[in-house]
Amino acid sequence: MKSHWQILVVDDEEVMCESLAAWLREDGYLVDTASSGREAVEKARQKDYAIYFVDLKMPGGMDGIETMMQVRRMHPQASVIIITAYATVDTAIAAMKEGAQEYIVKPCNPEEISLLVDRIIKVKNLQRENTILRKKLSRQYCVQDVISKNARMHEILELTSEVSSLRSTVLIQGESGTGKELIARAIHFSGDRAAKPFVAVSCAALAETLLESELFGHEKGSFTGASQQKRGKFEMADGGTVFLDEIGDISPKLQVDLLRVLQDRAFYRVGGSEEVRVDVRVIAATHVNLQQAVAEGKFRDDLFYRLNVIEIRIPPLRERREDIPLLAEHFVERLSHELGRHVTDVSEAALRVLMDYNWPGNVRELENAVERAMVSCRGTILNEEDFAFLAQNGQPGKTWTAPAGMTLQEMEKIMIAATLQRTSGNIKESAVVLGIDRSTLYEKIKRYEIPR
Amino acid sequence: MKYLYVGAMGEVDREASMAVRERVAVEFGAPVRPMDLPAADFAYDAGRRQYASIPVLEMLMGACPEDALKLVAVTERDLFIPVLTFVFGQAQLGGRVAIVSLARLRQEFYGLAPNREIFLARALKETLHETGHTFGLVHCAERSCAMSLATSVRQIDSKQAAFCAPCAMRLRRYAREQL
Repeated sequence: MKSHWQILVVDDEEVMCESLAAWLREDGYLVDTASSGREAVEKARQKDYAIYFVDLKMPGGMDGIETMMQVRRMHPQASVIIITAYATVDTAIAAMKEGAQEYIVKPCNPEEISLLVDRIIKVKNLQRENTILRKKLSRQYCVQDVISKNARMHEILELTSEVSSLRSTVLIQGESGTGKELIARAIHFSGDRAAKPFVAVSCAALAETLLESELFGHEKGSFTGASQQKRGKFEMADGGTVFLDEIGDISPKLQVDLLRVLQDRAFYRVGGSEEVRVDVRVIAATHVNLQQAVAEGKFRDDLFYRLNVIEIRIPPLRERREDIPLLAEHFVERLSHELGRHVTDVSEAALRVLMDYNWPGNVRELENAVERAMVSCRGTILNEEDFAFLAQNGQPGKTWTAPAGMTLQEMEKIMIAATLQRTSGNIKESAVVLGIDRSTLYEKIKRYEIPR
Repeated sequence: MKYLYVGAMGEVDREASMAVRERVAVEFGAPVRPMDLPAADFAYDAGRRQYASIPVLEMLMGACPEDALKLVAVTERDLFIPVLTFVFGQAQLGGRVAIVSLARLRQEFYGLAPNREIFLARALKETLHETGHTFGLVHCAERSCAMSLATSVRQIDSKQAAFCAPCAMRLRRYAREQL
């Protein structure tokens, strides 16, 4: 969309100003004009122009270069194109030195101006898109977005904010699905490195040699298939953060290499002899007990101490059950948009099922459970039966205790009614679930006057 | 009743002038009237040995008849605006007047053998383009559309003497508002 971008043409000759402005307007840009450097600076104060066409020689004590310098002080992102009829190498050099994006000699070929403006606008569109995506990403992973009312989690979030601007290595320990990467991203996007890359690597997903090349890159011809030089994740993350997930799974050799990176912030590409230096913050995560791995001699103690400068232990979901309703509601709200399903709430009975479940897969499993329930749910509220699959996971949350003061017949009636509800009144399916014949089921439904 | 005036500034290729009038009548759906206009000599710039298009547009505004919806003039002279080496034409965006130069549309200008067919096709495309600007259309990203920007005859040749569907739709809306 061209019309979003505004252009200011600055020239003391009215005919020059107006003719260029008219030509650019035909291209769909919003164009203003200024007849002096001072007027241009005044207009720049009120509006953020994407491109400035500025004539080099203007009377009134403010020439094109001075105008450009004042404009760029206010808007460092602005692109300034200096126009002149009297081109000399000196003026061109002076203009470019002071930050002019281009220097054109009038009269110039229409194609030249058209291509120039097109090129600048393309870059500006990309820059804007990049800014929007960065904002989206950082919003998604800021500390405030971690949902919890658990005291231990609050301590973790406080620590996350405190350490976000340090370069110290962080070790995040926690079971699978507790949100280790979420915390790592929150640290990165809340700190000074937020504008730089956050590069995540799953150490468990790759074989040793591949992981080495993935982390440190490789030189052309260093192994079969290395047809060209490749930058590793550490180089890609220069200035930012590398997140090493499942660090407990790396081989002894890689442990040594990693130790060197943490000590010297330098490494060699696979097959390379040139040292590569990077400014990278390392955040590592693991679901295994690294201290125990050190004690068993499976993990180097020196690497462990290097990694464990700041330690964060995320509690499993079963140790912060008070977060389950909050998280469930959050997932319902988010997934109803993503899945296009009109589901608004979770019933009390369903919440009881979720609170009682053990959640071995933690928050990730809860999210998946809510999604599965939303896909199969028929109404606008998630009910107990929508989470029936959790009971089939062989992971009952609590030991079942028989309700007191209830007869066997009353229990049987409740069981049959609940099973019929879950199977939408399907007799054959209910009989299989209850482990009785269809004829027996019919008889009991009749006897207990159970509605179908 | 409003008319689309197609003016000839001084001596202009007769066949091109006729073809342009016929095409404008079809494309813009308004009755067309021919008009004789003075040659562009008053806009001659001796330094550049070309004709300044802005004084030409100003002259056309003064000469535009009361009953003119638009006045599109055709000239044989080579036009320029100060910042550019040349222009194929110029229009008042959303205004009433436009000028089209035939000077650079002939193959001979580029040292090639004359070709009437190519020349006439270019003249039609540029006239549609500049007239489109007077209705308020801006450059179109669709390279085959008559409203796409052409800074060379190669680009004029690669577009069609017709508006793309979105431009045609916008043109109908703008024309309704202006009629």
